[in-house]
Amino acid sequence: MSTPILEVRNLTKRFDNFTAVDNISFDIHEGEILGLLGPNGAGKTTTIHMLLGLITPTSGTIHMFGLDLAKHRETILQQVNFSSTYISMPFSLTVEENLKVIARLYSLKNIQRRVDAILEKMEMKEIQKKLTRKLSSGQMSRLTLAKALMTEPKVLFLDEPTASLDPDIVEKIKSFLKEYQRNAGLSILYTSHNMREMEEMSNRIIFLQHGHIVAEGTAEQIVQRYGQRDLEEVFLKLARG
Amino acid sequence: MNLGRIGGLLSRHLYLYKRSFARLLEIFYWPFLDLVVWGFITMYLKDSGVSLHGAVEFFLGALILWDVLFRAQQGIAVSFLEEMWARNLMNLFASPLTVGEYLASTMIMSLLKVTAVGSLMMVFAWVFYSYDMLKIGMSLFPFIVNLVVSGWIIGVLTISIIMRFGQQAEVLAWGMVFLFQPISCVFYPLDVLPPILQSLAWMVPPAHIFEGMRMVLLDEVMPVTHILWATGLNLFFLVVIVAWFYHTFNVCKDKGSLVRIGE
Repeated sequence: MSTPILEVRNLTKRFDNFTAVDNISFDIHEGEILGLLGPNGAGKTTTIHMLLGLITPTSGTIHMFGLDLAKHRETILQQVNFSSTYISMPFSLTVEENLKVIARLYSLKNIQRRVDAILEKMEMKEIQKKLTRKLSSGQMSRLTLAKALMTEPKVLFLDEPTASLDPDIVEKIKSFLKEYQRNAGLSILYTSHNMREMEEMSNRIIFLQHGHIVAEGTAEQIVQRYGQRDLEEVFLKLARG
Repeated sequence: MNLGRIGGLLSRHLYLYKRSFARLLEIFYWPFLDLVVWGFITMYLKDSGVSLHGAVEFFLGALILWDVLFRAQQGIAVSFLEEMWARNLMNLFASPLTVGEYLASTMIMSLLKVTAVGSLMMVFAWVFYSYDMLKIGMSLFPFIVNLVVSGWIIGVLTISIIMRFGQQAEVLAWGMVFLFQPISCVFYPLDVLPPILQSLAWMVPPAHIFEGMRMVLLDEVMPVTHILWATGLNLFFLVVIVAWFYHTFNVCKDKGSLVRIGE
């Protein structure tokens, strides 16, 4: 197996007396989609925030591309991006302006060409001059995904990218992501509450509960190990203890 | 420091001003109103024979210089609020942008605001009250530079507090600077303060600038000592407050509050 592109070792995060993430270790390999599954409050988002350098771990290490995130933040984040249904972008800027700002923050060259290309790929050309505050939730999700993919990251964190979107948009986003991931060899850490989506998207799944990893493997392996019919049943079994 | 990233963040604010009437009002409307009110007050004092030597020069000069300080502080604080309101801090700090680049960008933004507001007020004062700010002469440049730096210091202090305590502290973006106004001796000489406040005022860089301004207007001498004191104090406080901001930023990352600001 190839060298992991992301290595997490004994990662722990405590907020006063509450342990959000408890001594977890995992790897992501090049071109792999790792699903992070778990009920609300399991520690998924905290883990992603630590991987983005937005929250400082209490203990443990995060290495990406062989570099320690604590010491090489800028170099690593240049090659990483994220998207989430729960994030926003400045409402008073147009779609195109927001993407241009992001392009500058990531020191991209040929900004206009890159912006045009991603707008084209994401079928957003017709809304490029639209103010972000006027976007529908589906368009907003596409924008946050566009800002993440435009920088051509090697690692992408997707925190419930399809939550609260209608099935048509979800299907479009999923197929776009899969195609993009195949072509670019992108490594993705993916969280979702939708079990079918998780099975469909991920090569491997980690199940988090109360900050611990309680199950790890392919969807099939996890379903077999717990003797359930599908991932949803495993989820319910594990989530209910 | 990566100039491209600093420019990137700056462009985000410039896009905002390009189409926001409310934000343009902030630059033109309030400074103009301030000037009108204080201009009439000084004219009234002058015409009523109140013995205040150089009242017009004192008040209008002080008002314009105070606005330099105020806008410099606002440039930092409001830029931060814009990010907080737009829930954009995550996008910024999950990018390669560093804390130093973030501060540099907001400082440049504040400088642009000061330039716009300051120039406009100087023109208004000249057109409506025949008041020529340039009369202050060579001292005007170090006065403005020092007031801008003081504004940055108060601005960074303000955003450190907002970052630490969240949205409930956002009112400080407008109020914090006024905490320093009484001891900055903007509209009156320092010796009218009680002794204990005088001692405090000597530690505040803007107090030296406003004292210096009165010296220039009254005695027509360059207040070298005041300028040196203001510069020294500003450099000291700037280093302390930037270090404090870095510390607060790290505390917020540790407590997980950086990702929750604005929620």
